[in-house]
Formats: sequence, structure tokens, C-alpha cells
Amino acid sequence: MSSPRGTKACGGVAADRQIHVLAVDDSSVDRAVIARILRSSKYRVTTVDSGKKALELLGLEPNVNMIITDYWMPEMTGYELLKIVKESSELREIPVVIMSSENVPNRINRCLEEGAEDFLLKPVRPSDVSRLCNRMR
Amino acid sequence: MFIYTTPVYRLSLALQGFLDEQFYQLEELQDESSPNFVEEVVTLFFRDSSRLMANIDQALEQCPPDFHRLDKFLHRLKGSASSIGAGKMKNECAGFREFCSEENLEGCLRSFQKVKKEHTILRQKLENYFQLLRQVVPVDKATRSGS
Repeated sequence: MSSPRGTKACGGVAADRQIHVLAVDDSSVDRAVIARILRSSKYRVTTVDSGKKALELLGLEPNVNMIITDYWMPEMTGYELLKIVKESSELREIPVVIMSSENVPNRINRCLEEGAEDFLLKPVRPSDVSRLCNRMR
Repeated sequence: MFIYTTPVYRLSLALQGFLDEQFYQLEELQDESSPNFVEEVVTLFFRDSSRLMANIDQALEQCPPDFHRLDKFLHRLKGSASSIGAGKMKNECAGFREFCSEENLEGCLRSFQKVKKEHTILRQKLENYFQLLRQVVPVDKATRSGS
């Protein structure tokens, strides 16, 4: 996937900009872990604890290159967030990755069919994230 | 001067079955830009898990118990334990969840006692571990200088 802004390096720093990932998880532990994994690969990371806050931020901040979200969250699941993003003309190009602690094939398929870029099983490891680097917008 | 190698202590914790590979992964993520990462995440875990366990306590005391709500708390507790590499606690939570799905109150109560015990032991062991790290020069850091 070529970028109009220049060569994309693997990892969080491209030729002219730092890649910005929005991480969504209601667990403070998991937010800290995913943020650390991403930052250690030099991504710029913003974390929020709900789908609602994610959408608020996406409305204000145009430069999000990837969304990585937990599946099970109260009020709005990661799947619901995915659907909203993919149905939005402004947001639909942003790759969305779903994380879940449960390996449920139906759930994985549903998310991929809805347009999720990838589905990661928790606990997330640095190796999981390094394989995402090609999918950034 | 006694130099205590943290990999040895970590290994002994793992051997006793408390921690799994995920804890090692977290330690690998710690560096100069985030020198207290593991302790910070562990602190978040104990804050989160203490609150969840209080919620579980309440859910079990309800008459009749709300197993659906209980399962949600357990899912979260098990997830957090898994994320910090607390393998033993994760497994105890999995057992607890099974009783919960069977709506077996007796089993739930017994499981919960085990989870509480594991939680207390794990907290003590990790506190000791971080204290040791603060007191001694870790051999692996010393040998990594300049890299």
C-alpha cells in the first residue's frame, strides 16, 4: 500500500509524520499495555476508555491512522464502534483492529466481514502489533 | 556485594506458577523512556482487581445472585490478570467462571475464596519483587549499558 506522502517505514515513524493510533479499551491495565507496545514502536498513541469517547475524539482529530479497540466494552462494543466508523464517509478509510480475550470464530468473522483490518487475541504482544504496521492509512 | 539477578527471581516466581510468559513480555517493554512500566501496570492491575473483587463480593451476596453480572466482572478480572501475566490467577478465574455459567453458587463461593487468596499472595510476591529491584543492582541492566 503506497502512501502519497512518501515511503512508509515499518514502525511508528513514516518519512514525514508520526503515525497516530487511537486505542480504545475500558480496562486501564490493557490501555497501559497496548499504549506501551505501540509507543515502543514509536507510534503516537491516544487512549480512551469507551467507544463514545473514541467517536468524540475522531470528530475533533482528523489525523488518526489506525483505531485499535477492545471488543467487549460496556455501552458500546468494539464491533458497534467498527460499524459506525465504516458507515461514516469521513472515517471509513481508517483501519480498525479489534482485540479480544476470547477466541470466538463467529465474532472474528463478523468483525472481519464488517471491515475490521485484523483481530488480535489478548494478551496483545509486540509481535502482534508489528504485523499491523503495513495496514496503517 | 550481593548482586541479585532479577531473571532468577522472575524465574522462581514463574516456576511457582504465579506468572507466565506475558509478564516477561512486559519486562521486555520496559526501557529508559518507560523505566517503571511494569510496576505501573501491576499497580493498575491491583487497583482494578480490588474494585472488581468488591463488586464480585456484592454480586455473590445478592439473593438470588446475579450470575450474569458476576460473569461480566469475572471476564474483566480474568482479562486483566492475563494481561499482566498473572497466569495462576487467570486460571483460578477461569474455574470460577465455569461455576458461574452453571449457576453453581457453592462452587462460586469456593472459587472466590481461592481467587482472593491468590490475589493476596500475588500482591505480596510482586511487592517483594519490586522492592528487590529498587534495592539492588540488576546484573542484566549493568551488562546492557551502552547498548
